[in-house]
Amino acid sequence: MLELKTVAKAVGSETHLSDVSLRLENGTLNVLLGPTLSGKTSLMRIMAGLDRPSSGEVWFNDRNVTGVAVQKRNVAMVYQQFINYPALSVYENIASPLRIARTDAKVIDREVRKAAELLKLTPYLDRVPLNLSGGQQQRTAIARAIVKNAELVLLDEPLANLDYKLREELRAELPKIFAESGAIFVYATTEPSEALLLGGNTATLSEGRVTQFGPTVEVFRNPVDLITAQTFSDPPMNVIEVHKSGPMFHREGTADIPVPVAYRGIADRDYTVGFRPHHLSLKKVDETSVVIRARVEVTEITGSESYVHLDYAGVNWVMLTDGIHDFDAGETIEVFLDARHILVFDAEGQGIATDGTRLAA
Amino acid sequence: MTRLRWLIPTVYILFLMLPIYWLLIMSFKTTNEILGGFSAWPQNFTVESYVEIFTDPTWYNGYINSITYVAINTVISVAFALPAAYAFSRYRFLGDKHLFFWLLTNRMAPPAVFALPFLQLYSAMGLFDTHLAVALSHCLFNIPLAVWILEGFMSGVPKEIDETAYIDGYSFPRFFTRIFMPLVASGIGVTAFFCFMFSWVELLLAKTLTSVEAKPIAAVMTRTASTSGYELGLLAAAGVLTIIPGAIVIWFVRNYIAKGFALGRV
Repeated sequence: MLELKTVAKAVGSETHLSDVSLRLENGTLNVLLGPTLSGKTSLMRIMAGLDRPSSGEVWFNDRNVTGVAVQKRNVAMVYQQFINYPALSVYENIASPLRIARTDAKVIDREVRKAAELLKLTPYLDRVPLNLSGGQQQRTAIARAIVKNAELVLLDEPLANLDYKLREELRAELPKIFAESGAIFVYATTEPSEALLLGGNTATLSEGRVTQFGPTVEVFRNPVDLITAQTFSDPPMNVIEVHKSGPMFHREGTADIPVPVAYRGIADRDYTVGFRPHHLSLKKVDETSVVIRARVEVTEITGSESYVHLDYAGVNWVMLTDGIHDFDAGETIEVFLDARHILVFDAEGQGIATDGTRLAA
Repeated sequence: MTRLRWLIPTVYILFLMLPIYWLLIMSFKTTNEILGGFSAWPQNFTVESYVEIFTDPTWYNGYINSITYVAINTVISVAFALPAAYAFSRYRFLGDKHLFFWLLTNRMAPPAVFALPFLQLYSAMGLFDTHLAVALSHCLFNIPLAVWILEGFMSGVPKEIDETAYIDGYSFPRFFTRIFMPLVASGIGVTAFFCFMFSWVELLLAKTLTSVEAKPIAAVMTRTASTSGYELGLLAAAGVLTIIPGAIVIWFVRNYIAKGFALGRV
């Protein structure tokens, strides 16, 4: 179990992390989700022991390891850049941590070949990393992390520099590869979809703070505040500032949005409501759907889906809809907002509690 | 026009090679012939000069002395510059940029400025007329140069490689010798070459700090010329032999030097 207790990190006058407390259990997959510069790498470096926190403590299996040298911790790390030892062959690269640990040569050979087999590197063992493709280089780095059999495995955006197809492939394999080891597995990513595909737990980061930590689906469905919701939404969540009066969210110049049943009990005042781009659609899905007449700004087509950027009375929204729709810029279209799925935040961006009957996102 | 494209570089190269060619043919002439007239090819071809250099101890000891202190200097310079350059490339510390620049300014000071203080200091330490004295004095300009060149090469190695090694369990010395030094091997080669070259061609300090035991070849050349008249053939042969070590070293590091130029550090 890895436990961070009110960890903070400042470099000069810049705050990289503030007041981070996390408990990661053995054998779990934990995703750190946040945009660039949100503190993911800083946090991982402290977990690994490469950096010392400015304040706070790091505990590993009930032992305070704050300030313990990285060589003395049983961790493995894979970077976003493909980091291998250029002068060594792929075989020696994978064997490196075992060689340092003075493992028996026969055991090394067995472990290296096993890891190479798992990551499809067997034909390349005699080559040097720079003669391999990017995907193979990253596989080599991952293989090195596997053979070490570390208790804490840190993957810092390991797939970010790979092309689409390789990313899909490795992403599917990674959790399986590490599942048996019983290690704590930490995976940093900027992509919400990657967090959802990996599952496990997710900690959302924003500006050096952990805004929420819990089971990935739980964080996705019930973000505790607007920042978390926005971090965990790609394309960005659509928001609108409204005033609640009775059963309706009201805003001058826009259509009223019915308050979801779960939220009926909340007080009448100003709120910010948010909903995801796929809850806007061209077809009416429910009686409560709100008719929105908005102006098209631009349409992006991704093959099977279209992102339609809308201007709705001065508010910018994105609609994600199936199929290819080529609207002209400036054209006014009628779309439907499925109001059952809206999330409600107060004026400060804090999520508003419901009585628990909210529909799945 | 395009047919004559080869002309200008050819003329230029001929122009550059002419003094070296002249030195070479002079070394195969007798002194009388050199003084007597102007000929592009030796009339009486002789290897007498070379024979004398390789048989007379005052001559060949000059080469041995020069090579000895140059080798010592190269080893010291690279050995001290490696950790210094690593620190400059990897750590931020108080005044690091100023210190790095200050190191470079040492290159700009003329060695003559240091000749007199060095003479007294080394004499007081009993180092006068030793190879070590010359080797140490040449560190004055070679260590800053070595740090400067190596820092460029080291900064080209991602810091994450260091960290990956620490995570794998490498101790610092083991990481540095097993992982890091092979990665900057070409940089070490280029650095050693420049230390070798600058130490080899430096005359003033080498001459000031030695008298008999460690006298460098360049000093032997000047002294012989003044005592036994103008033995130009002999001098030319000594000159040719002085160029050879540099030429050999350049041949080995020619590819790496281009890399050093690309880094802007050579």
